[in-house]
Amino acid sequence: MGRPPTTPPLMNPLLVFPDPPPPELAQALDLGGWVWKAVDDPDRAVVDEPDEGWAGAVVVADTDPEAAFLMCRRLRKGEMPLEPLLLLVGAAQVADLELRDDLFDDFSLTPVRPAELEARLQHLFWRTGRGTRPELIEYGPFALNLETYQAAVNGSPLDLTYMEYELLKFLASHPGKVFTRETLLSRVWGYDYYGGARTVDVHIRRLRAKLGEEHAGLIHTVRSVGYRFGQSRWGV
Amino acid sequence: MATAGFLHAGPVTETGDERKRNQQDYVLRTVEERGVRLIRLWFTDVLGRHKSVAISPAELETVFDEGLQFDGSAIDGFSRIQESDVLARPDASTFELLPWASPDEPSGTVFCDIVNLDGTPFEGDPRQVLRRNIERAREEGYEMFCAPEVEFFYLAQNTGTPVPLDRASYFDLTTTDISSDLRKRTLHMLEALSIPVEYSFHEDAPSQHEIDLQYTDALSMADSIMTLRLTVKKIAMEQGVYATFMPKPMNGVQGSSMHTHLSQFRDGVNAFYDGGDDDLSDTARSFIAGLLHHAREITAVTNQLVNSYKRINEGYEAPRYVSWARNNRSALVRVPVTKTGKSESTRVEYRALDPACNPYLAFSVLLAAGLRGVRDGYDLMPEAAVNFSELSRAEQRELGVANLPTNLSEALDEMEDSELVRDALGDHIFEWFLRNKRAEWTEYQRQVTPFELEQYLPNW
Repeated sequence: MGRPPTTPPLMNPLLVFPDPPPPELAQALDLGGWVWKAVDDPDRAVVDEPDEGWAGAVVVADTDPEAAFLMCRRLRKGEMPLEPLLLLVGAAQVADLELRDDLFDDFSLTPVRPAELEARLQHLFWRTGRGTRPELIEYGPFALNLETYQAAVNGSPLDLTYMEYELLKFLASHPGKVFTRETLLSRVWGYDYYGGARTVDVHIRRLRAKLGEEHAGLIHTVRSVGYRFGQSRWGV
Repeated sequence: MATAGFLHAGPVTETGDERKRNQQDYVLRTVEERGVRLIRLWFTDVLGRHKSVAISPAELETVFDEGLQFDGSAIDGFSRIQESDVLARPDASTFELLPWASPDEPSGTVFCDIVNLDGTPFEGDPRQVLRRNIERAREEGYEMFCAPEVEFFYLAQNTGTPVPLDRASYFDLTTTDISSDLRKRTLHMLEALSIPVEYSFHEDAPSQHEIDLQYTDALSMADSIMTLRLTVKKIAMEQGVYATFMPKPMNGVQGSSMHTHLSQFRDGVNAFYDGGDDDLSDTARSFIAGLLHHAREITAVTNQLVNSYKRINEGYEAPRYVSWARNNRSALVRVPVTKTGKSESTRVEYRALDPACNPYLAFSVLLAAGLRGVRDGYDLMPEAAVNFSELSRAEQRELGVANLPTNLSEALDEMEDSELVRDALGDHIFEWFLRNKRAEWTEYQRQVTPFELEQYLPNW
């Protein structure tokens, strides 16, 4: 082809708190090949958020627990709760985790051991339905290859129009998350749409039609909120 | 929270040109990955017939860049006095793989816009006409959503006296299965082509079926109707039967309609919804008034065949009277009752359309008529409380109820005097259409019909 295809960024960055992170954490992340960006306060996390959203977060709580938990709360309580979130705490802080289960997906003790950090992150991404191979999104029978633009269910190709592909890519990149129709419009369509949120409904309906009866349920309607790809984190 | 302010609030990730390029790249990549052997470029002539030119994948990138040049003079309504060459420009957002193509030889399809050699929209292209009307509506903040209910018949063959499959089924049980299998397979194909089906069922007449499509924007819907007609016919042909969208193929049973539900969204919300006790907004009321006021002028476009008027005149549920009602199926415009609070589903149903129309032109004139009513603040006549077909001519006259044109000639007379239709279609199509349809009427008038032979030959 004459033009290079527009390739998506290989991986959205992980959000890392605080800025700067402990040197051993930075080193371990670099070693694992993670793309990351450190931020120092919740507002910064919003401003610096990439278009496709943060891939996940690593929050270090052992130096300033109050700020760290505030950060977690902000990342998790928004319109789109960020996940996976790995919390790093000192051994003495383990008791503080009580009643804060909703703020993180897994935790690990400081000081950071690179092999453990890597294993926990890999496992978290696997569990939240995202491989760490960013060119391939897999979820149950569903697979989406971001390099070739090809989607498949149970190995059979799923032929999509461009906007169907873009919408499915966005939803499937954040399995379990609920998106409002307005968020989907701004994230997937950008500015170039008419007819408002109804446009989203039209395309969701088309995607379900293409997924076929058996797999149409991969895209859930969340009443009076919006849409979600795959199961919610609470398994409902 | 879908408000105008939100419209531009999202991160602007692509410009219009970038999006177009991304769409084209996506298609080129898909063609390569899926090993597509043939790409069908689809467009529509002025009468609404599907046209197709096939190109090889190797040509696709050039055709995206430069368009495909062809001589338009052989296409109905495309001919001009001077330059006859035009360009077909594929609209990459409509690219689909044909679900019935053999897996070994995938083939793709893409709708095209027709442009002049200098790149300006070609005035004879119905898709460009609809684009222009949609663009105008957008300038005023409106986006129309359409949901048609398409009726058609399955017949044993396409010539001679129509033989419905179901009547045959009276003798042969297996043929009933054929028509339900046909519909099932057709729905499956439509869904694979991004055309979601809301409902489908067997209609009242023998062998008559209806497919109701899920609402979408007018341009996508016009494309979808073209694809639907092709798909229904194609699947029928595979089974050795014939599907027809002819408005009135058989005497004594109801014809095929294409009732179409329309709504206008503005700033992301349904402009037809009032929110109060009366579910119709002022916009909805003047939109309906626009449809009714211009109904007689647009009928030649919404019902373009000599045969279309056999359906309109037949009675049954065909709307002969220019009126509106919430629950009166003899009315031209019906306002379906929606559940309280379902603001998004408030809509109006225009009941004159038949499935043999050119959907691009039909949606263009409906949009233009409705929005003219909104723009000029037309007053809406009172809701029809009675079934007009049960009234005498005198009673109808007293109520001031107009008829729809009763034949194509009358409809063309109305159209010819319509500044609204001329403006909506553009001079080129407006004039060509009138010429072509007048000729069709003249030809029809010269025919000695079976009716005449049966009635007159034995007696005179």
